[in-house]
Order: sequence, then C-alpha cells, then structure tokens
Amino acid sequence: MALVLNEEQTMLRDNARGFLGKNAPIAHLRALRDKRDADGFSRALWKDFVEMGWAGILVPQEYGGLGLGYVEAGVVMEELGRTLTPSPFLSTAVLATTAIARAGTDQQKKHYLSQIVAGDLIATLAVDETAKHHPEKTAMTAARAGNSFKLGGAKTFVIDGHVANLLIAVARTAGKPGDTDGLTLFLVDASARGIRAERTPTVDTHNAARLTFQDVNVSADNVLGRIDAGWEVLEGALNAGRAAVAAEMVGAGEEAFSRTVAYLRERKQFGRAIGEFQALQHRAAHLYCELEVTRSAVLKALQTLDSSFDRAGAIVSVAKGRAGLSATLAVNEAVQMHGGIGMTDEFDIGLFMKRVRVGQELFGDASFHADRLARLNRY
Amino acid sequence: MDNLETFRKDTHAWLEANCPPEMRRPVQGEEDACWGGRHPAFQSDAQRLWLERMAAKGWTVPEWPREYGGGGLSRDETKILRQEMRALNCRAPLTSFGISMLGPALLKYGSEEQKREHLPKIVRGEIRWCQGYSEPGAGSDLASLQTRAEDKGDQYLINGSKIWTTYADKADWIFCLVRTDPSASKHEGISFLLFDMESPGVSTKPIVLISGLSPFCETFFDDVLVPKANLVGKLNKGWDVAKYLLTHERDMIGGMGSTSENRSLGQIAGETVGTDNGMLADTALRAQISAYEIDAVAFRLTMERVGDMAKVGQAHPAVSSLLKYYGTELNKRRMELVMSAGGTDALEWEGERSREGRTARAWLRSKGNSIEGGTSEIQLNIIAKRILNLPSA
Repeated sequence: MALVLNEEQTMLRDNARGFLGKNAPIAHLRALRDKRDADGFSRALWKDFVEMGWAGILVPQEYGGLGLGYVEAGVVMEELGRTLTPSPFLSTAVLATTAIARAGTDQQKKHYLSQIVAGDLIATLAVDETAKHHPEKTAMTAARAGNSFKLGGAKTFVIDGHVANLLIAVARTAGKPGDTDGLTLFLVDASARGIRAERTPTVDTHNAARLTFQDVNVSADNVLGRIDAGWEVLEGALNAGRAAVAAEMVGAGEEAFSRTVAYLRERKQFGRAIGEFQALQHRAAHLYCELEVTRSAVLKALQTLDSSFDRAGAIVSVAKGRAGLSATLAVNEAVQMHGGIGMTDEFDIGLFMKRVRVGQELFGDASFHADRLARLNRY
Repeated sequence: MDNLETFRKDTHAWLEANCPPEMRRPVQGEEDACWGGRHPAFQSDAQRLWLERMAAKGWTVPEWPREYGGGGLSRDETKILRQEMRALNCRAPLTSFGISMLGPALLKYGSEEQKREHLPKIVRGEIRWCQGYSEPGAGSDLASLQTRAEDKGDQYLINGSKIWTTYADKADWIFCLVRTDPSASKHEGISFLLFDMESPGVSTKPIVLISGLSPFCETFFDDVLVPKANLVGKLNKGWDVAKYLLTHERDMIGGMGSTSENRSLGQIAGETVGTDNGMLADTALRAQISAYEIDAVAFRLTMERVGDMAKVGQAHPAVSSLLKYYGTELNKRRMELVMSAGGTDALEWEGERSREGRTARAWLRSKGNSIEGGTSEIQLNIIAKRILNLPSA
C-alpha cells in the first residue's frame, strides 16, 4: 500500500481540520481549563463528533459505525493534536472500541458498540497501576465467586476515568505480576458498587483518574474475550492506542513547529529576522527532518493495524517511540526559539509542550518502546 | 491490480530461476559490488552472469524507457521488482554512477543522440562513469569551480583539475563541470560536458584516505580536446544540469544508510558482549542499538514514502536534501555502533580474521558520507531556505 493518504482520507483530514479549527481551537481548551469544567471536555462538541460519525469511526457498519480503519482514526487524532482538543475520542472510539470489536461476543458488540456510535456511552480502558507503563505487571485481582468475579485493586492514569460509563478493567485471574498469562478483561459498569474514582487533572488539562476497586462484583457474562488469556486483546487495544497517540503527537509536534517557523520569519533582533541566523536555521531544518521521518513510521503503523493487526507490534513501537521523541524535540525547540514569550501562560506554545509530555508517557515512553523492539528482535 | 499480481508472480519466478546463489548474499563493501566498464573486474562468474541476465531484460535500470535499453517498467512494476529482489536477497546486478547520477540528467537535458549513444551502454554496464564536480578550491562552494573550457571551433580545450573524483582511475568516461564564460557571475558561466577518460591530457592520481583505501582521485586536464557535440544542455547553463544531477546523487548517498545486512546490530553485539536472559548484557549499548533501529526503520519508510509521494506529485523538489542528510548521519551512527559492538575485534587492521580490517575501514569510510555530494550543513541550508522558506542573510 502506498505510504500516502488516499483521496477519502485526505478529504477526512481537510474536513476535520476545518471543523476543529472553527469549533475547537486552542481557546476551547483554555475555556475548559479556566472555568475548571467538571467533565474536562465539552459534551456539546462530543455530540458534534458523534453526528459526524467519529465516535463510531472504527465500529463495523453492521453495528452502525462508519467501519473505517486506523489510518482514518489516526487522521482525526492528528488533527486533535493540532488543536489540543480534549475529547473521549481516544478512550472511547479507539481503545474501548478496539477491545470490544475484536474480542466481544456478538451480544456484547451489539449492546456496547451501538451505544458508542449513538454517543450514549463513554468507555475507557483501565490498565496501568504504576507510574510507568508495565501492563504485564497488573496486580489487580479478579477472584471467581460462583457465576461472577470480585475485582480488587487500584488503577492509575485511566483516561477519562471520572466521566466514563464503562470501564474495561484488566485484572489478574491467575499467575503473578509480571506474567502475561493469567490476565482477563472485564466490562465493568462505572457506577458499580465498590468503585471509587478520583479525578487527577493532568499538566495538559486533559482527563485522567485514579480508580479503586473494592469487592466489585462483575458477572461472568461481562468477561471480554477469554479468561486468563486477555493479554493478546489488551496488547491489540494498546497498540491501537499507541498508534493513535503517535498520530496525535505528529499533529501537536507539527503545529508547534509551524508556529515556530512562522515566528522565526517575523521576529526581528539585531535588525533582522532571527530566521536568518544559521544557528536557528539548522536546528529548524533538523527538526523538520525528524518530524517527516516520524510521520512515515506513524502512517505505516496505522496502515499495518488495518492490514495485519496482529503483526503490528514492532512498527507500532517504532512509531510511538519516535513520535514521543520528535514531538518532544519540537516543543522544546518551540519554547526555546520563542524566547521569553514562550514561557508565558498567555502564549499558546507552552500548551503544546504540556500535551506532548503526556503523550510521550501514555502507553509507554520512548525507552519502553525501544526495549520492546529489542525484545521483539531478540536481543 | 490483477496485472500487477501476475507481474509479481512472473518476476519472482524469473528471479528464482536466474539469480545465482552467490548473488543472494549482501554486498560486502564497494569493492565487492559489480561496477562494469570497458575492463570489468568481475569477482566471480556468477557476478558476470547476473549482470548479463539482468541487463538483457533492461532490469539493471528497470524504470528507464525501452528505447534507451531500460526495462520500460512502470513505477509500480519497478517497486514490485525491487520488493521481490529484496525478498530473495538478490544483489543489485550493477552499481553505477551512470545509473544513479548521469542517466537521470541525460534523460532530462540530453539530446536524442546523446541519449541513444550513452544510456544503453549504461544499462549494459559497458561504460563506467565518474563525476568531475569538486575542485581543490571548490568544495561546498561548488559553483566557484575554475576548470576552463575554451572555444576552439568545433571542440573545447579543457585545462584544470578536479578532486574527490570517485574511482576516476577506473572510469571510462567523465561527466564534468567546466567554466565556459569566466566573465559571467559564478553560477552562470558553467557548462556540463561528457568526455572519454582515455583522451590525451587526462591523468588521475588516487588519494589515500583515513580508511587506507583510495576510492577518490585527483584528476588533471592538460589541453584535453572535447567535441562540442558532448555538451549536455545549453552552453553556460550547466549549473541547472549539475543541480538536477545532485538531487539524484543525494538520494543515492542517503540510501546507503539502509544497506541490508543479514545480521542485526543486536545479534552482532551479542557475540562480543554476551547475553543475559536473551538480552544484551550491556544494557546501555542495547538501548543505543534499539534507538538506532527505530530510526533506521523509520528512515527506510521515509524513502518509501517520498517515492510514493513523487508518484502522486506531492514530493517537495528539495526533499532529496532530507534523505541525504538523514541517511548519511544515520549511517555514521550505525558504523559507530558496529565498532562498539565489535569491541577490540573491530580494531584489527590486517589479516584474514578481520578480512583486512573490513569493519574498521568501513567505519572510517562512512565519515565521508556526510561530506560528499554536499555536506550535512549544506543540506540543512537547502532545507531551511527551500522547504521552510526561512529568509536569507
């Protein structure tokens, strides 16, 4: 497959860019932050996403969705990265949808996916338990009790965890932390007795929460996929999330970069545009190369998720690892090249730095993915 | 789509039947490649056979038109041929500056006679070309070159010297930048000439590099007579041809960073530093290697993406500077890691065990990648000005 967007994908990109630029520019994020919005995102904007079909972008057509692929989801993520727009797109339309669409029973898919498409359900994946991403170290337990399970443990950094209606919780039904065997995924109603959510607003004004589970009763009917064998489904959902976040980082990194290049052309010091100085030209040109090279890997990762989902692990690690590093370079250079004004809250460029820091950490940072690639290549 | 799938199947079968087993191993350095020429130095019968078979189909240069000896394949077919060659580990049958540099320039700027005369010989590997660009006083500032060509009726009289002429001592012909109007501004009075290296007055002197090898020469022209018919493009407009050719040279040098090696760096390092639970025992080296690998994969995909973008007219004309800059810096990084992975074994300079210091010599050779064909700094200048539109000082 050619490593370029096709006509429909290009149209989707242009539409998304136009829509978000008009309806959810950075001022939208600032407004949510400044009024300390309880949801942390705009339900009215999410309704617009639903109407455009974005909530069900990955949902198969038989369940009412658009039935599009990860390239298309990535196109939307990239544009969300340009405008730093908070929304449940990553948690609901990418992470939860991937897990349910790939592992759900027909009944589960009918029930949950149609609600996601209709905008009636915000769903998320509850996986991390430690400050660094180590899904195999899951310690939360799910003990069998008759025809149900009792979940106990704690999750951290659950995206949209305080507003989600449905939690896809990863718990251990066998083995010990560190084993990839023995993990099971559960579809848990977020309002179930025994769940406590503490909203943990992050540096970038996006949503995350710490969740505790105490004797939470979940019916065996709500197991997603197979008992003890949830690793593969989890990895699939995480790979989808990693590639999506990588696409978002491409958008955020490029937007920060293009604002910086524009500033280099207009800012005058010593009687000339600072963009005339070779010291800055070379750094900008190097950064351009880094971003372009990252874009290739991210597009390939998204295409691979569409063409051979189960073999996407290595290229997803390449994409996520690179996206974290090159977007980090982009925002650091952006603040430095803007000088003093880049340090002010009033100026937007710092907001890109904050979001990219979170994106770098989400679902494994560059070191995590370098280690993962080395393991996959057996060294 | 069906036609392409048939082409893929047929191509695969043909390669399987015609590529000798010896030609399915990676090329070990420049001297192991097949360069062709009037006096070809084939390393083996297999190498000669592979060249002949591929040349007969025009597949040494699959994308050139059939009328000039090329394969006449579409971009999609060419991509499939390369993919199938990669799948079977088939070597390139011919390494040639005629293919990677002169040919594209001739196709764009050459006369019909020049194309018919020179392109088929390039395809068949009969003439080996070298490039006369840099001069002792004209490196990064290439356009300040001084080699003169005086008008002598139906010939030009060439005097001057070139430096860093790759394999000038082994080449049959040269494509050469000469000054035809000394009074014009420096980019204006340059012309692009072709001539035979056996012409009276041409001499070469190899330069010994830090690698101990001599891939480059000094080349001297003392009253060399060249027919005017050998002028490519318009008189005094050679800089346009030169720049166009440079973009192809940059693609080629940038691509060298992605040469296929059977064993991964991680496996090479495992043999010297050892492993611990299947992981390299030196965790810092392991982290550097995997960080490199991530970048190498992403760069390979970028070359592919740039090709795909060119197909649909989306590639920026200066994107070859990105490939040149990134590919050569990546290759230098790779060679540093190869040396780290090899430890003291990689330091051996002579003898059978180190194959005459192949690793160390390749490491040293790689340092030239970011200098030749326009330094990394020149590429960054081009990107800043032509792609980012940053103002000139």
